[in-house]
Amino acid sequence: MSIFSPQLNTRFDELLKRYPVPRSAMVPMLLYAQDELGYLTPEAIREIAARLDESELAVHEVIGYYSMLRTKPAGRFHVQVCTNISCLLRGGEEIFEHCKQRLGVNNHGVTPDGLFSLEEVECIGACSWAPAVQVNYDFHENLTVAKLDQVLDKYRTGGVQ
Amino acid sequence: MSFPVAKAHPLEVRVVSKRFDIPDANTLPVYLAHDGFKALEKAFRLAPEAIIEEVKVSSLRGRGGAGFPTGMKWSFVPKQSAKPKYVLCNADESEPGTCKDRLIMQYDPFAMIEGMLIAGRAIDAHQGYIFIRGEYRYLVDVVERAIAEAYAAGYLGKNIRGSGFDFELSAHTGAGAYECGEESALMESLEGKRGIPRLKPPFPATSGLYGGPTVINNVETLATIPHIILGGGAWFLGLGLPKNGGTKLTCLSGHVNNPGVYELPLGFPLKRLIEEIGGGILGGKKLKAVVPGGSSTPIFNAAEAETLTLDFDAVAKAGSFLGSGGVVVLHEETCMVKFATRIMQFYKHESCGWCVPCREGTNWLLLTLGRVHRGGGRAKDIDLIREVSENILGRTFCALGDAAAMPTLSIIKKFREEFEAHLDGRPCPYAPTLVPRAPAAGPFVTV
Amino acid sequence: MADTEKLVTFTVNDRKLAAPAGTLLIEACKTANVEVPSFCYYPNLSLQAACRMCLVEIEKMPKLQTACTVLVAEGMVVQTESEPVRKARKSALEFILTNHPLDCPVCDAGGECELQDMTFRYGAAESRFVEIKQHRDEQQWSPVVYFDRPRCILCYRCVRVCGEGMDVWALGVGNRGVSSVIIPNKQDHLECEECGMCIDICPVGALTSGAYRYKTRPWEMKHVANVCTFCGDGCKTTLGIRNDEIVRGDNRDKSGINGDFLCIKGRYGFDFTQHKDRLRQPLVRVDGVLKPVSWAFALQTVARRFQETQAAGRPIGVLGSTRTVNEENYQLQKFARRVLQTNHIDHHRTADFPALYDALAGKHSPVPLAASEDLKTAKAVFLIGSDPTNEHPLLAWNLRWGYRLNKTRLYLLNSQPIKLRRQAFRAAIVPAGSEGQAIRFLNGGGAVKATLSQTAGPDDKRWPQTPASRPEATQETLGDFRERLQKESDVIIVFGAELRGDDIHELVKFGSSLPGTTRYIALADNANSHGAADMGLYPDLLPGYTPVADVAARQRFESLWGGAIPSAPGMDAGDILGTAGKGELGALYVVGSNPFRHHPVDPAALRTTFVVVQDLFLTETAKQADVVLPALSAYEKQGTLTNTCGEVQLQKGGALFEGAKTDLEILHTLAGLLGHKWAAPDADEIFTEIRGNVKGYNVSLVQVLAGSSALSMSVNGPVPHQHALTQIQPNRDSLFTAGSLGRYSTALNAILEKRLRAEKV
Repeated sequence: MSIFSPQLNTRFDELLKRYPVPRSAMVPMLLYAQDELGYLTPEAIREIAARLDESELAVHEVIGYYSMLRTKPAGRFHVQVCTNISCLLRGGEEIFEHCKQRLGVNNHGVTPDGLFSLEEVECIGACSWAPAVQVNYDFHENLTVAKLDQVLDKYRTGGVQ
Repeated sequence: MSFPVAKAHPLEVRVVSKRFDIPDANTLPVYLAHDGFKALEKAFRLAPEAIIEEVKVSSLRGRGGAGFPTGMKWSFVPKQSAKPKYVLCNADESEPGTCKDRLIMQYDPFAMIEGMLIAGRAIDAHQGYIFIRGEYRYLVDVVERAIAEAYAAGYLGKNIRGSGFDFELSAHTGAGAYECGEESALMESLEGKRGIPRLKPPFPATSGLYGGPTVINNVETLATIPHIILGGGAWFLGLGLPKNGGTKLTCLSGHVNNPGVYELPLGFPLKRLIEEIGGGILGGKKLKAVVPGGSSTPIFNAAEAETLTLDFDAVAKAGSFLGSGGVVVLHEETCMVKFATRIMQFYKHESCGWCVPCREGTNWLLLTLGRVHRGGGRAKDIDLIREVSENILGRTFCALGDAAAMPTLSIIKKFREEFEAHLDGRPCPYAPTLVPRAPAAGPFVTV
Repeated sequence: MADTEKLVTFTVNDRKLAAPAGTLLIEACKTANVEVPSFCYYPNLSLQAACRMCLVEIEKMPKLQTACTVLVAEGMVVQTESEPVRKARKSALEFILTNHPLDCPVCDAGGECELQDMTFRYGAAESRFVEIKQHRDEQQWSPVVYFDRPRCILCYRCVRVCGEGMDVWALGVGNRGVSSVIIPNKQDHLECEECGMCIDICPVGALTSGAYRYKTRPWEMKHVANVCTFCGDGCKTTLGIRNDEIVRGDNRDKSGINGDFLCIKGRYGFDFTQHKDRLRQPLVRVDGVLKPVSWAFALQTVARRFQETQAAGRPIGVLGSTRTVNEENYQLQKFARRVLQTNHIDHHRTADFPALYDALAGKHSPVPLAASEDLKTAKAVFLIGSDPTNEHPLLAWNLRWGYRLNKTRLYLLNSQPIKLRRQAFRAAIVPAGSEGQAIRFLNGGGAVKATLSQTAGPDDKRWPQTPASRPEATQETLGDFRERLQKESDVIIVFGAELRGDDIHELVKFGSSLPGTTRYIALADNANSHGAADMGLYPDLLPGYTPVADVAARQRFESLWGGAIPSAPGMDAGDILGTAGKGELGALYVVGSNPFRHHPVDPAALRTTFVVVQDLFLTETAKQADVVLPALSAYEKQGTLTNTCGEVQLQKGGALFEGAKTDLEILHTLAGLLGHKWAAPDADEIFTEIRGNVKGYNVSLVQVLAGSSALSMSVNGPVPHQHALTQIQPNRDSLFTAGSLGRYSTALNAILEKRLRAEKV
């Protein structure tokens, strides 16, 4: 009995066809599983390991290496603030500090309602449109504190799914 | 999810970005309507050696950062191989200050695909993967849609457009690791492992993905290929300088009025980029420093920036690297200690941890730089930072250690007085809005 | 690995050197006594180039190069002591020490820590790192493995020895960057073979032994390399002995045939020597109860009762040990034959050595026996039966070594899909009991249905990946298996107790038909099983497999031993116990064996049998004895032991145990009390007698005394041995059991309990 949705399992089937070695699908499978479950649960890890005929240890080794993969829940909206050099020069740290205030959490914190989590991240490739924030996979660029508030409000009120 | 792509600036020479402002160029019909896949058709008529020769003539150098001549890289692949050969597209764009490959994949993904097909044809490879950094998750969808369109129209798969040439292609997502931009680490990652670089030799051209001969190129490099094949290597070369052929996407960021991604002929003067294209320094302030090619390249001070031209050889001669084309401009109110600290925070976060000097050195440097920035520095810390950086330089398993050490050394050398101004408990004299703080905690600790 | 044909010449520190092409620079330097330090480099494990300690200067190369990854090349000019090299080394150490706690005074590794040694030689006196070091609490990963994270320098040796060496893959690397950490396979604990190789190989005190940690300091022990007393492989375990007591077992001096290897039993099993139930005083049954008595009284009792039994003309049976030394076994059978005048002598047989030597007689190739190390370099190995991973951990290690480093093709024939199938080139699973039939098929006999699976063979030079699924097995006859095998030459044939008697003759017939030199290893279970057989603990065979019925041979021993010995073959162990069960045995003398555990004899029937047991513990057999004599263990005595391959090694002892005596001393005293003037019990002199008189044991004394092994060769012509094949009863030990002895090891029991608990969950 799979813990993943039929759609995701279909996606896994398709992924496994792409590579001569099943293990190659590990990172995408983990990321897509996380997208569906919010984080990599022990059950998800077990199932993916079995599916790839790899040990759970091998999966844990991989999870630990990649910064986007997590084994603890994040908020429904994971706010990732870039403070790397280009964003730094355009106020990335102010944006990050503001997020802390607004959301009432520290780096890696999750709001009590589980809606938001906050993370300071490395360069997300929005240097020429800095400062930038990624919420889940959505980019929000050329931000100011005021624009950021609007963005967060949109997520809070369901304006962005 | 939209970001502005400026209309071409008059000083730009748009080659690889020529379809950026054509609506829906990321759909196959529009791509085809604008010279799409014409280069591939031409390549089918050329001998593989002729394709490689054309690329050699163009003097195209890798756009990912190392600047290695692309034609030469392809020519290292053995003709005969017991194991399958591969073409990999390095779309792990992660070098701070760099945001160009994102645009190609967003606006012109077929150019990249076409470039991979031509590379495959040149080295007789029949399988390709596009390794896209996890943060660009939405681009995986864009690229997969383009791949599906290409398959549907017979530009991928068996017997492409009746040529007899087969090529399978998939997009592959990473999950957050700068190190996976290193080509052998990328291959490890693509094989489902931790992104630890491999011992070299063997080099990818003889033993790469799954042990097969592999060509791996940056997105921009591959997206440039069709233009070279179509326009001819000599034409492309002529756009730039000898040995520095053609144009290159330059990502202008930091303290300028008009940051953006601009395609410029190699050899373009930095000053004109900042002044004429960038619209000058933000708030009319004075220039303090310029990072020429992403965070790992040694920094230039204002005087050096004055005369610098942006091509591989000129920047190298001036003591840095053109790198990935990430030009970061710093004005006079920037705290260079803070800047160095933030750079080190990045490398500490991204060090894969495999080898000792990089793993321990980046951590040590970050702790020391942070302490100096917060006012806890002692006079000897400045030389300590320099010496620790020197002890990393050239002694690590891969180039990440150098990437951490080089900018640090250049900042210390060129802005030493700023470090001195922070010593003995004095508050940071610069950019009061940049709150001195302890370095960020590590990643989610899973163990 | 190295191409031994071609030599290349190069220069190191202005010295001209030569080494075979393909040699790693670091190894070439080592051979030339040029030290190039390293942490992550470990011979025969995959290359890492991670610690950066071995950076050297090579002419024409712009950067310093890792000597552990560079191959020597013609004309190469290397500097290993130049200023840039020294600086790089010093800084590598400085980097390592930034996050390494300086708790050396309480660290188990203190005094035998590679990081300490390197810092002493190459490091800086002062620390420039003034930031706060990260502390993490120590974790217990298993009853015997502890992990102290801050001490770990991430050399990845443990990960590699566990994966590449042991094929267990229980250790990995978690997180990344400065947060990188060694992680166990079950997140907070290990589920593994508990071999402890990770602890031995750890250059610092990051992985420590649960059995040893915080017990003592290395310099407070004397370190004696002893042959392990458990399985038949004959590994050396370095016993750390403090105040005559063993406090540690490890592979510190790596002097044995086992090289780097040591399994859980060799490492932790020594603690039986201090088990609370260890016998310290002789016991004599008085009014039905065993009571402590003096040695003099106990031995006089035994002598008197033996004499009475002899006088009464009632049979005396003698059962010897597979763990006592050769000298004791030799003297025991001499005692039985000469003093007790009986051939009713036997031992717990776990392999049919007489059948092998009989089959090899006359038609063997020049060197018919293979030493354990030969498995590392064999081109092909044919393994029939047994589960070496559990029963012969060293041989399994050597087989994996061959697969991994020398592309050995392993042909596996077994009734179970044993773990070594993962290294098999061809694996055939046949129904249990049909192994012999399968061998007949190889010789052209009738077909056997088998489940076959095959692998592509070891073609990945970098390192074997974690076990991937193998191609589906197919049901077919062994035709392809035979065809492949017949094309191999210089095969080593390894077989378990599944083959005995005629099956072994069939096997040798097949082996003889193969090209090149076929060599054999018969798998026997205990530390001196092979030696017990060689020394003549058989009712019909004198030492060296000479038939007792062979007049000339018998006379030779009679003249050596100064008197007559019985000429008729005696009863084997089954008959001796059967006779006892019928109440018809006069006396039973059991030395270091526990026959009643699996063959209980009715105590009522034993009422007229005088039972003497000489052992370490009050075993099932000892509990029914009339006299119990406390014996010293293998770690408390000297002598020689012969491993399952026939390799003879010296036992050094080193530990002491109050109250008990060596079996040799007991035997000599008893012989004296029974009127035989034996010389003082001196193992060296007896070994000289063995070398001179037991065929196949004329091994090099120098070799044995120097602590290495010498291969015995007991192929002495036909062995007309009338044997009941049912007398061969393998232990079927796991990694955590060892016949009757393993039960007395607290460490082994702790692990068994943990595993049982885990199974229940």
